[in-house]
Amino acid sequence: MWRGVLAILRKDLRIEWRTKESLAGFVVLGVLLVVIFSVALDPAPADAPRLAPSVLWAAFVFTGLLGIQRGFVLERENDCLGGVLASPIDPATLYLGKLATNIVLLAVMQALVVPLVGVLLHAQLGTVLPALLLVLFLGNLGFASLATLFAAMTVRARAREVMLPVLLLPLLVPVLIGGVKATEAVLRGGFGAAAGALGVLVAFDAIFVVAGVLLFEQVIRD
Amino acid sequence: MPLLAALFPWAVLVLMLVAQWLIFVVVPTEAQMGIVQRIFYFHVPAAWAAFLCFFVVAGASAVYLWRGSRAADRLAHASAEVGVLFCTLVLVTGPIWARPIWGVWWTWDPRLTMTVILWAIYAGYLMLRAFGGADEAVARYAAVLGIVGVLDIPVIRVSVRLLHGIHPAVLTNKEGGSGLTDPMMRTTLYVASLAMLLLGGWLVALRVRTGRLEAEVAGLRRELEHV
Amino acid sequence: MSAPAILAQGLKRDFGGVAVLAGVDLTVEAGELLVLLGPNGAGKTTLLRVLATLLRPSGGTLRLFGEDASQRPPAARRRLGHVGHESACYPDLTGRENLEFYAALYDVPDAADRIAELLRWTGLEPAARRPVRVYSRGMAQRLALARALLHGPELLLLDEPFSGLDPAAVLRLQTLLAELRRAGHAIVLSTHDVERVAAVATRVAILHRGRIAWTRQGVADAVVLAASYEAVVTGRA
Repeated sequence: MWRGVLAILRKDLRIEWRTKESLAGFVVLGVLLVVIFSVALDPAPADAPRLAPSVLWAAFVFTGLLGIQRGFVLERENDCLGGVLASPIDPATLYLGKLATNIVLLAVMQALVVPLVGVLLHAQLGTVLPALLLVLFLGNLGFASLATLFAAMTVRARAREVMLPVLLLPLLVPVLIGGVKATEAVLRGGFGAAAGALGVLVAFDAIFVVAGVLLFEQVIRD
Repeated sequence: MPLLAALFPWAVLVLMLVAQWLIFVVVPTEAQMGIVQRIFYFHVPAAWAAFLCFFVVAGASAVYLWRGSRAADRLAHASAEVGVLFCTLVLVTGPIWARPIWGVWWTWDPRLTMTVILWAIYAGYLMLRAFGGADEAVARYAAVLGIVGVLDIPVIRVSVRLLHGIHPAVLTNKEGGSGLTDPMMRTTLYVASLAMLLLGGWLVALRVRTGRLEAEVAGLRRELEHV
Repeated sequence: MSAPAILAQGLKRDFGGVAVLAGVDLTVEAGELLVLLGPNGAGKTTLLRVLATLLRPSGGTLRLFGEDASQRPPAARRRLGHVGHESACYPDLTGRENLEFYAALYDVPDAADRIAELLRWTGLEPAARRPVRVYSRGMAQRLALARALLHGPELLLLDEPFSGLDPAAVLRLQTLLAELRRAGHAIVLSTHDVERVAAVATRVAILHRGRIAWTRQGVADAVVLAASYEAVVTGRA
């Protein structure tokens, strides 16, 4: 099974690297959102660092929602999805492969956006990097677990661009809250302070990765 | 069975009338908040009814996914509609209650916040079914959403408590079950809740029957087109 | 006596209440090349997708190599290859990269050698390093066939493999198919072009209105075949 997951991950990343199509969109959108939020909030220099966690996670969530839809659009060209589903792999394998791809793409976008927020909002994000990376990973995992599951619905349903965000945003509130609170806590005082929020993220991840693995077949079949 | 079905709406009516009588005539006025506090007997039962409806959505969706039962699918859809209805009721009675007492239309109290999120999730469910297109896959997608929504409830509950409320006072007031001092208050709450639940059940049953009729009509229409 | 590659009984499939397959009975053994004829809309694509376990039938039973296919057992899927209307190859990857991907999915042993062999056999070696996006229709068809053959399936399901091919490519494909059949593969291919069929088929079946309306063992004369086809499609309406 893991060989299949790896194969799908490599294939998707290779395509991404070749076309750089959605990767570019992802990154540019993330940067744009951060700039727009910063401009709209226009904090005094002393207040700015406090806003960093919120700006970060709001940008991640919106960028993620718009970027993740393409994951299954590329499978529709030439009916590649049919080719993959006819193979002996489990639908769960396909889900985990796509999940891994989405986490990587989010991480790449964040690698550029996080330093940018540090610069624009004078937040000392570099000093808490290891903890921050953990929070980002947990948040990405939770976000992608549901987003991957629902993105597969765009294959069949007559989905407007607005449909997926409308369905996903309320479901993803715990990731948003957990991510922001954990980032705040980490900036204030390291791991210990973030315990509650990290717990939320871990619980969310555990529930919805399992749910995704079990429910994906229902979404992708026929 | 048909006798039961015929009597049921009347039972609901009677119970609702009894509940209204209890709420407006019998139960003593609450000391701190005054007459407005009576909204509580609509607000809380509606919330319980909404939750129950959403659990039914999840259960029926699961049955539909694993057994293919169209009846289960219709039950899920109907429950979602009634659930959103009750949720709307909670979100409307909340501000009506809050405004005279705390001076604001809205508080980010954990329970209200959770209700908004739940409302959004299941309104999304209804949107998916309404606008997702005629493909039979849409019913399956909605079922997945129905299940995921309920799975999210505990996590939303916990995460929402991490937010600052605007009015901590509101928190303690609502948390403590709003300080039901008089035993009559408890009775009224239970009767009102039962009435609301049965009302919800009746609405769901009506909607399921309509759904079944709609499906039959669609089937007949298809048959006629292929003659 | 081993189980037939395909044993289908009463296969039904609905789309939005319309029955596309209305009860298909089909048996295919190794070494057979069955051609499914039928006008557009007869259900050929649907039937092939059901046989490939891509679609779930709404009724009837399907056994692949003796195993019940309703649970989509991976073992059965490992022994079949399906080529649909589209190549199922990622346009932004090269031919070789596509084959590498599918070799990983199917867990093909000695993948590199197998890929090289198939690229040679289908004549795609020169184009292997170019993205599939620039392939001609014929090249994409051949790549799809290579993809389907990577894991050495015993059963091949081909949906209108001749469509869009120039005469040279058609001849080439016919030769390839004859080779495969002689090597013991079971092949089911669909087409609505009667003439292509006569040269390669061991059996012909006509699919009409969701059922097998006519079937004939042995290679029939193309003219007789065309006449029977006409009769079925127009006469027995």
